Amino acid sequence: MRKDLTSYALVFFGLIATAQAADPPGTPSAAVVMAGRTAASSTADHSKFKELDRDFKSGPEVTRACLQCHTEAARQVMRTKHWTWEFLNPGTGQRLGKKNVINNFCTAVPSNYEFCTACHVGYGWKDANFDFSSEQNVDCLVCHDTTGTYRKLPGFAGHPVYQDTEFPPKSGKIVKAVDLKKVAQHVGKSSRKTCGSCHFFGGGGDGVKHGDLDSSLTQPGRHLDVHMAKDGLNFSCGTCHLTSGHDVPGSRYAPTAMPKGRIIRGQKETGNPASCESCHGVEPHAMQRLNTHARKIACQTCHIPEYARGGIPTKTLWDWSTAGRLDKEGKPFKVKDSTGREAYDSKKGDFRWETHVIPEYIWFNGTVNYTLRETRLDPTQVVKINSFEGSPMDGRSKIWPIKVFRGKQPYDVGHNQLVVFHTWGKDDAALWTNFNWERAIEWGMREIGAQYSGKFAFVATEMSWPITHMVAPKEDALGCAQCHAPATGVGRLDQVPGVYIPGRSANRALDTFGWGLSALALLGVLVHGGLRILTARKREGDTA
Amino acid sequence: MSERIYVFKRFERFWHWSQAALILFLLLTGFEVHGSYRLFGFERAVDYHTVAAWTLVGLWVFAIFWHFTTGEWRQYIPTFQKVDAMLQYYLFGIFKNAPHPFRPTTLRKHNPLQRLAYLFIMVIVGPMIWVSGWFYIFYDYWPVWGWDRFLSLEWVAFFHTLAAFLMLAFVIVHVYLTTTGHTPLSHLKAMITGWEEVD
Ligand code: HEM
Repeated sequence: MRKDLTSYALVFFGLIATAQAADPPGTPSAAVVMAGRTAASSTADHSKFKELDRDFKSGPEVTRACLQCHTEAARQVMRTKHWTWEFLNPGTGQRLGKKNVINNFCTAVPSNYEFCTACHVGYGWKDANFDFSSEQNVDCLVCHDTTGTYRKLPGFAGHPVYQDTEFPPKSGKIVKAVDLKKVAQHVGKSSRKTCGSCHFFGGGGDGVKHGDLDSSLTQPGRHLDVHMAKDGLNFSCGTCHLTSGHDVPGSRYAPTAMPKGRIIRGQKETGNPASCESCHGVEPHAMQRLNTHARKIACQTCHIPEYARGGIPTKTLWDWSTAGRLDKEGKPFKVKDSTGREAYDSKKGDFRWETHVIPEYIWFNGTVNYTLRETRLDPTQVVKINSFEGSPMDGRSKIWPIKVFRGKQPYDVGHNQLVVFHTWGKDDAALWTNFNWERAIEWGMREIGAQYSGKFAFVATEMSWPITHMVAPKEDALGCAQCHAPATGVGRLDQVPGVYIPGRSANRALDTFGWGLSALALLGVLVHGGLRILTARKREGDTA
Repeated sequence: MSERIYVFKRFERFWHWSQAALILFLLLTGFEVHGSYRLFGFERAVDYHTVAAWTLVGLWVFAIFWHFTTGEWRQYIPTFQKVDAMLQYYLFGIFKNAPHPFRPTTLRKHNPLQRLAYLFIMVIVGPMIWVSGWFYIFYDYWPVWGWDRFLSLEWVAFFHTLAAFLMLAFVIVHVYLTTTGHTPLSHLKAMITGWEEVD
C-alpha cells in the first residue's frame, strides 16, 4: 500500500505532529451496516391476510385492500414527485417535474399521457383530467412487488395488463396477464428490481437516459457497483435513498453538490442521506492528500471513472430532426449499427449509443436552471435544456462528473420556444402513427393550450445528468496521472477552469522564460567551451 | 609548475556531492510533476520528489550547523573586489592562457564570481525553493492553519518552478565552470579528493 510520504517525513524530522481525524478513515458509520436486510425480517406475511386472498380485477382494487391496513400510505405517496410529477424548485422558483419539463429524449408528457404514465405510481392517468386526489389510483405494487411479474406497459395509462396482450402491438409477442392475487400476497420492500422497473428504463429503454442506471444493476457484480454487488454489500436503492413516509430523498432537480458529512443516529438530521458523505464522512481516505482533493472534487469524479459499465449501452445523442422518413413502400423502418443497436428509427430519428463512457466534468453547486416551455431561446446557439451552475470561486461547488446528452428537437420558429408534440396516441395525429410533424406539434401545443406560430424547425439541445451511481471498487478509481497528466497527455480535467492542477496547468510564460534561460546557459557554455578548445589548439600550433 | 593545496574538507565534499545528486534528482522529478515529460509517472514523481526534498532539507540543517560551527560561512561573504578581473578572465584571458586572477587557498576557496553566484543561489534561489516547497508540501493543511486565505497554489507553484529554472541554469553553468581550473579536471578532482592543483 502506498504511504503518505509527507506525513512520514513530518514524523521523521519531528517538525510537527499531525493529528488525524478521530474517525478511522474510510469506515462508514454504523447506519450502513443494516444493508442487506431480508424479507425474512418482516413481521407480517401478506400471504396469510384474508384481505388479500381473493381474485383482484384491477390495480385500484388491490390498492383499496392495502389501504385497509396501511391507512396513511396513499396520502404519503400523493405528496411526492412520484405521484405529482411536479417539483417546485425552491432555489430557482422554477416549476419542474416530468409533467412540466421538456427534455431532449421523449421530450414531453402532455398529449402522450397514456404512454408515459406507464412509469407513474398510479392508475389511469390518461389525460390532463387525471384525478390526483383519488387514493385508490395510487399504485402500491409497482414499488412493492417481489415476484418480478408485475409490469406496466406504455399505452395503458399506468395499468398492468389484466388480459394476455400482444406487446409491442403487432410484434407477435405476448405479455401475460398479471396475477394480482399472487403479487398482492407477496409484497415486500422495494428493491433494485422495482425501482429499476422505471428508473433503469428512462428515455424509452434500458439504460437510455442516465447511463449510470440500467438493468445491469439488478444483479450487479462488484466491479459494476461496489455497494449493490449481489455477492457483496447487496445494497438496494433504498439503502442510500433512505426513505421515510414514502418520501424518497435524492433529486436531480436540486442535487446536493457539496454534502456536509455523516448523518448519525440521534442527530437532528439535516442532510441528504443519498450522498457518499452521509456514510463515509468528508475525510474518508487514509491519505490526507486525497481528503484534500475531496474538498473540491465530488467523490463520484474519481470513484465512477466511467458509466454504462454493465454491458448495456446508453444513448448519448438523439436527433429528432430525421424522424419521419419512410421507406419506398411508405413504411417506417429501422437501421441497426454495426453492434446491433438501433441507429435509426423512423419514429424517433438518429441515435448514438455508447458504453464505458468517460463523463464530462464541471464545477457544480447544486443549482440547476431549466429551459422551460415558456423560456425564449436563441436558436443559433445550442439550447441548454438544463444548465448546472457552479464556479471554482463560489465556495459551494465541487467538480462533478456529468453525462451530457445531445440532440436536436423541434421548436416554434415564430416564438423561439420549445414545442410539445404528440408522439403517441390512438388518433391519427400522433407522430408515430402518421409521421407528420406539423400535425403532431399542432396537437401537442393545443393540448397544453400554448400559442403556436405554425412554423417549426429543429434546434440543437444539450442536457446534463449528474453521474452518481455505478460506484467502482476503489482499485478502479482514477489514478493521479489521469488528471495530473503531463503536458504530453490528455487529462480528465483538462476542460475544468479555475483550478491549478500540477502537471496540467503550467504557466506558459514562465515555461518559455525558464527553458529559454536554460537553453541560453547551455548555448553560452558550449560556445565558451568551443572557443577555449579552438584557442588552445591555436596556441599549441603557435608554440610548435 | 603546479602545487597542491587542501581546499575541501571531508564534510564539505560529502555535502557537495549528496547535494548535487539530490538537486539533480529534484530537477528530474520536479519537472515531471510540472508536466514537462513522463518518466516515473506523476504519482511516483511526487513521492520521490517529496522524499528527496525532505532529505535535502535535512542535509541543509547539518550543513548550516557545520558552516557556523567551523566559521566556514565566511567563505560566502560577498566581495566585489576583483570581480571585474574575473569577468575579464572568463571573457578574454581564458582564451589566451592568461594566469587566473584568483588563487584559491584553504581560507579563500571561492573566487569572487563564485562567491556572488553561490550567494545568489543561497540567498535568492534556495529560500525561494524552500519556502515555496514547504508551502507546497503543507498544502493539505492550509485550511486547518488558515493559510488558504492568503495563499494560492498557483502562485506557490509559480515561484517554486521559477526557482527550479534558475537552479537548472545555475547547474548548467556551474558544471561547465568546473572545467576551467588548472586542468579541465582539477576542480573536479579537488571536490573528490579535497586537494586542488593550482598554478
Ligand atoms: C533543487 C531543488 C528543487 C527543484 C529543482 C524542484 C523543482 C520542482 C518543480 C519543477 C516542481 C513542479 C512545480 C509545478 O509545476 O507545480 C516541484 C514540485 C514540488 N516541489 Fe520541488 N524542487 C526542489 C526542491 C524542493 C524542496 C526543497 C521542497 C520542499 C521543501 C519541494 C517541494 C515540492 C513540492 C511539494 C512539489 C509539488 C509536488 C506535488 O504536487 O505535491 N521541492 N519541484
